[in-house]
Amino acid sequence: MSAITVTGLGKAYKQYPGRWSRLAEWMRPRQGPRHTLHWVLRDISFRVEPGESVGIIGINGAGKSTLLKLITGTTQPTTGSVQTAGRVAAMLELGMGFHPDFTGRQNVFMAAQLLGLDVDEIAALMPEIEAFAEIGDYIDQPVRIYSSGMQMRLGFSVATAKRPDVLIVDEALAVGDAAFQRKCFRRIEDFLATGTTLLFVSHDTETVKKLCSRALFIQADAPAQFGPAKQVCDTYERFLFGGGGPPKSDPSDLDAVPAAESARFDPSLVASCEMTYGNGRAAIISCWIEDLAGRRMNVVESGVGFRWCYRVIFNDTVDAPIFAMLLKTREGVALYGLDSTRFRTLPSQFATGDAVNVRFTLKNALAPGLYYLNCGVRSEADGGLEFLSRRVDSAILKVSSGSNSTAMLGLIEMGASIEIDSEAGVAEC
Amino acid sequence: MTTLVDALWAYRGFVAGSIKREFQLKYRNSMLGAVWNVINPLAMIVVYTVVFSQLMKSRLPGVESTFGYTIYLITGVLTWGLFSEIAVRAQNIFIEQANLMKKMSFPRLTLPLIVVLSAGLNFSIVFGLFMIFLGLSGNWPGWVALAAIPVLTVQVAFSIGLGMSLGVLNVFFRDVSQMFGVALTFWFWFTPIVYPPTILPEQIRGILFILNPLAPLIAANQSIFVAGQWPDWTSLLIPTIVSSLLCLLGLRLFRKRAGEMVDEL
Repeated sequence: MSAITVTGLGKAYKQYPGRWSRLAEWMRPRQGPRHTLHWVLRDISFRVEPGESVGIIGINGAGKSTLLKLITGTTQPTTGSVQTAGRVAAMLELGMGFHPDFTGRQNVFMAAQLLGLDVDEIAALMPEIEAFAEIGDYIDQPVRIYSSGMQMRLGFSVATAKRPDVLIVDEALAVGDAAFQRKCFRRIEDFLATGTTLLFVSHDTETVKKLCSRALFIQADAPAQFGPAKQVCDTYERFLFGGGGPPKSDPSDLDAVPAAESARFDPSLVASCEMTYGNGRAAIISCWIEDLAGRRMNVVESGVGFRWCYRVIFNDTVDAPIFAMLLKTREGVALYGLDSTRFRTLPSQFATGDAVNVRFTLKNALAPGLYYLNCGVRSEADGGLEFLSRRVDSAILKVSSGSNSTAMLGLIEMGASIEIDSEAGVAEC
Repeated sequence: MTTLVDALWAYRGFVAGSIKREFQLKYRNSMLGAVWNVINPLAMIVVYTVVFSQLMKSRLPGVESTFGYTIYLITGVLTWGLFSEIAVRAQNIFIEQANLMKKMSFPRLTLPLIVVLSAGLNFSIVFGLFMIFLGLSGNWPGWVALAAIPVLTVQVAFSIGLGMSLGVLNVFFRDVSQMFGVALTFWFWFTPIVYPPTILPEQIRGILFILNPLAPLIAANQSIFVAGQWPDWTSLLIPTIVSSLLCLLGLRLFRKRAGEMVDEL
């Protein structure tokens, strides 16, 4: 028997045209409905086998949380049905059933009773809950003096105190410090190893790919897709990054951009959120990534160098412009940036109509993942700072794992080797 | 129905815990604690006793005891309090616990159950003290006191049946709680609690005892504790029927609208 069976599931909320129309509908049922249905979820079907882990992805408003509520049973479906087998624990929100005026311990009892545990069970689990939450003596203090992180810890400890058959996790885990987050994920991984079925909602495709074997991608106005996690996450990313047209560029200037090399050029990797600004005295009219042989691409193996190029046209006379770039993670953390002030080999003045191609040749010390690139031209003449043209998030670089990749986690590739000394001798791998 | 009872039984820990929590919460940060539970009705009783029986010299017909009117008043006020506490709280409970209902999967009928038991607990404390007072002042009615059990049972059923029906409606039509607040004020004075029913004209009294199921219920308790007489059981027929119907209506409304209720909250 499947752990979760969802058949033709749909959810619609009733919308009434006015304040009185609901009353009118109740009072005179024969006159037919006066509400219109607002569908938030339509025709979802999937089946999860015991012990499997499934990620649910989709943009905000796609109906992820509604789906979880339907599966948990807090919300009734409008069409279709949900069947679950065994004890279901849902973490839609941590710390449910907590009251600020009671101590952590009292709240643990209350929250656990709300989950359907009985007092003896909770008493037996208490030491473990305390140990996992790591809040020390605070357990006997009222929850109102807890930090939000401490409440989170205690909430998670209670919610996962007893191994459920089906665990439903919303993005709630994205709070708390990194160490505790890791601990939470480890507990979930332990549950998975011992046969718990997991349903995990997230925006983060990397975590979904790591934690889940399959994934469900739901969209507000298109059929849901269910399949192997990697495949579905790729579909989702393609959807997110804007459907795969070629990068925006001035058609008259396309000759400056090298032809794309199809094997290493993924047209779906287009930043949908590019931001352009500047005072217009110069314009970055196109930008692209190329390999060291000058072929345009945007997928590169870890360890293999690449070039970040852009073309600038000047609309005015500009003295000593400075060309800059920045490489960032998806979260916007700057990884590497520089400008041309160190390399004063350029003519110091450009006139209207002059065009330059700027190329930054970079070594690739990046771990596999997606990276974003910025480019810009500014001027610091006359003592002031002036942005002539700047494009933020104008390209996405995908670094794939290569034969020499060693990084299992993190952002950079450090090419490690490991030596482990034992008494029997030296083993090298 | 059995699955319903099973589900409630499985969550008895939650129900018991919630009642305990509510009780503690009420008095947690107050110095006098549970004493307030007594002081509030006591203040009301003292005021009414002074105003009506001392200043206005109203005497209950046929009762000569000095405590007669006070006992009459206390019986009425306390049982009215039981009714209004259950009905008002049940009427708000779903909105109060909206977040819980939206985020957790648990038998929702535990919520009205908690209301009834919690109000019952408060009532038994005050009523217990009242019993002690009756005993000490030599007004103990004897075995007749047992008749209060079925009377109060019907009254609790009436209160929760009404409260739950209003509670479900209140989720969809928030005017309900405002309206009920106004209605309660009138209702209190349309029930012989402060005044004896005998001051009403015969005809009006008859109509009142039919239209207002609380009137015969409270009158039954008053006859038990003031006169020490068994209540007129036939007068309880209508309240019993109305209470059963209200309970059925409440359950039916709840079952039919439980899903929609969560969407609306």
